[in-house]
Amino acid sequence: MSSQAAALPKPRYVEDVIRAAIVLCIFWGVAAFTVGVVIAAQLVWPQLSFDSEHLTFGRLRPLHTSAAIFAFGGTALIGTAFHVVQRTCRARLFGGAPLGWFVLLGYQFFIVIAATGYLLGITQSKEYAEPEWYADLWLTIVWVAYLVAYLGTVLKREEPHIYVANWFYLAFIITIAMLHIVNNLAIPVSITGSKSYSAWAGVQDAMIQWWYGHNAVGFFLTAAFLGMMYYYIPKAANRPIYSYRLSIVHFWSLVFLYIWAGPHHLHYTSLPDWAQTLGMVFSVMLWMPSWGGMINGLMTLSGAWEKLRTDPGLRFSVTAVGFYGMATFEGPVMSIKAVNSLSHYTDWTIGHVHSGALGWVAFIVFGTLYYLVPRMWNRPAMWSTRLIGWHYWIATIGIVLYITAMWVSGIMQGLMWRAYDELGFLQYSFVETVAAMKPFYMIRLLGGVFFLSGALIMVYNVWRTVRGQSEAAATLRPAIAA
Amino acid sequence: MPTKIEKDTLSGRDTTGHEWDGVKELNTPLPTWWVYTFYATIVFAIVYCVLYPAWPWATGHTRGLLGYTARSELTQQLAEQAKSRSVFVDRIRKASLADIRKDPELLSFAMAGGRSAFQNNCVPCHGAGGAGNIGFPNLADDDWMWGGSLDQIYKTIEHGIRNSDEASRQSMMPKFGVDGLLTGQQIGAVTDYVLSLSGKAKATPEGAAIFKDQCAACHQADGKGNQELGAPNLTDGIWLYGGSRDQIYQSIFFAHNGSMPAWTGRLDEATLKMLAIYVHSLGGGR
Repeated sequence: MSSQAAALPKPRYVEDVIRAAIVLCIFWGVAAFTVGVVIAAQLVWPQLSFDSEHLTFGRLRPLHTSAAIFAFGGTALIGTAFHVVQRTCRARLFGGAPLGWFVLLGYQFFIVIAATGYLLGITQSKEYAEPEWYADLWLTIVWVAYLVAYLGTVLKREEPHIYVANWFYLAFIITIAMLHIVNNLAIPVSITGSKSYSAWAGVQDAMIQWWYGHNAVGFFLTAAFLGMMYYYIPKAANRPIYSYRLSIVHFWSLVFLYIWAGPHHLHYTSLPDWAQTLGMVFSVMLWMPSWGGMINGLMTLSGAWEKLRTDPGLRFSVTAVGFYGMATFEGPVMSIKAVNSLSHYTDWTIGHVHSGALGWVAFIVFGTLYYLVPRMWNRPAMWSTRLIGWHYWIATIGIVLYITAMWVSGIMQGLMWRAYDELGFLQYSFVETVAAMKPFYMIRLLGGVFFLSGALIMVYNVWRTVRGQSEAAATLRPAIAA
Repeated sequence: MPTKIEKDTLSGRDTTGHEWDGVKELNTPLPTWWVYTFYATIVFAIVYCVLYPAWPWATGHTRGLLGYTARSELTQQLAEQAKSRSVFVDRIRKASLADIRKDPELLSFAMAGGRSAFQNNCVPCHGAGGAGNIGFPNLADDDWMWGGSLDQIYKTIEHGIRNSDEASRQSMMPKFGVDGLLTGQQIGAVTDYVLSLSGKAKATPEGAAIFKDQCAACHQADGKGNQELGAPNLTDGIWLYGGSRDQIYQSIFFAHNGSMPAWTGRLDEATLKMLAIYVHSLGGGR
């Protein structure tokens, strides 16, 4: 820390909420990965639903996606947003601990009512927006409180300028509010029942759903986690951000272009051709704005690369940025109609999503947690650096197994669907394509088990860190005693 | 304003002079390759929008120089495919099923087309290779409910079984238990009699008498069934709804009366013919 910053008085930051968010985030992460492993196994052995309606793939799948994106990712974002905004604004959270607790616990309540609803079969059948009207209304209230706490802190900041991480967090909070409200406009059948009917219908409904869906990726899973990256990577590497100008240009080009890209989810459907064209070209133009974030993340390490050898937590964050760059190149490629005609509806899409979800989102969260946990509990370091290294390699192998299995299976699936014999007839039946994917589903399951195992190592490491003492000290003591 | 521009010794760049919680920023210019690649994607987008349908207004949209629409592209591709198949398809439409079987060239085309249509329309119920399932007959054996000649198979595919098609195959087994036509004890007796036809149980005189009164009209006195009525042969040990005592008891109690859709109108005539030839060839055709 520079002398200038050290000289300034530190406000009393709200930190209990952040500590709680860390614990909840880890809990939801393990839950999300576990359900993911279960449904991956169900795709290999469908009898694993045990003939229970509550455990069918159709109900567990939204449980997995919501637990991963909204519970694990969202709780990480609330916790880190409160941490970053207070530090970079040098101001106590607006509304203090009460508002912070309301946002965190209110959000947890939303997750619980949404998730239990899925198991009971309550869903509005919109992908990534499955919760019904009552959960949506509650989330709206919590989200407005989140915006008030965040924006309030930015407005009362002691720093003259707003740090780049805050632009990204703020774009995330505001845009998600807009997307959530518009996509979930619905009329409940009765005030005491869970069922509602969407205000949208037909192709307009599909378009709004994917305007929502893709910008959930763009603003929830991209912009917000870039905010995380912009604070925790320079802090962990102890290096300045590579380029301020790049951060401005890629921020504005990213938020401007992303909002148009949704129609690429609806190529070759009844969506009008002109909308498909715009969805595609805006996705292609998104390539460099996305990579601007990657460049700024990676190049911030220049001059500090040797830290990757000694700090496996930072290695998580930097690898995350690498996966981010890979996924944001693959995305524009898949949005090109000719490519999409092969990739659409195949496992390739699932592989793409997981190189983002596991490689980018989960890894940047792991890197951040390994930075935050010792600082939030006032420990000199994580209990074991060695176990962070184990987590890193096991999780990385898991991701590689997962995404390569899905690439092969997805491309194979797409090619089998479109294969014609020499007389002009379809070569394969659908069920033959399903049977052909089975070995890859097993590899994917193995990848998921690896990823989950890594997370369990983190749980142990975090628990030991919070309890105090380091692994080195623990193993050293008997030697000293002897 | 605490602005203090410093020089970063490692990169040689100036900082912007701001600092947040110890984080500073370098004033590095945009990477040239990044800027030009970004421009290139923008140029690509503009060119693409000129060529293809792109910008909307209140009542329409720009059409694009290539005149592309997804609908016309699909129509064109379907027409091309129909044309490439047309020589054979026309001949199949005109020939009788028996004649198709005699012409090796037509037969091999019909087998390929029939296989493809079977895979995409029939496999979900009848299983891969027509192996069947509980409630869905095996098409690869020589046990036929409605007849296994080419013409009989064609008619079953064309109009289906127990559906709303006017020419659908129709028949109805009474629900002996549900409608109270027989008591549970009587159903048990006739179940044993039915099992005895394939040597799986000992018949009682009571069961034989009930069979004669209630079942023989359709299933025939010897239990060998009647394909005119879709009444299955009960003597061959092949069971559509399972051959355990419980399963047969339930079949008599509830009467399954399974149905199959009519495929005429969904598939064209040539495809129906190719399907009949293919199904006939699976192993049990007569």
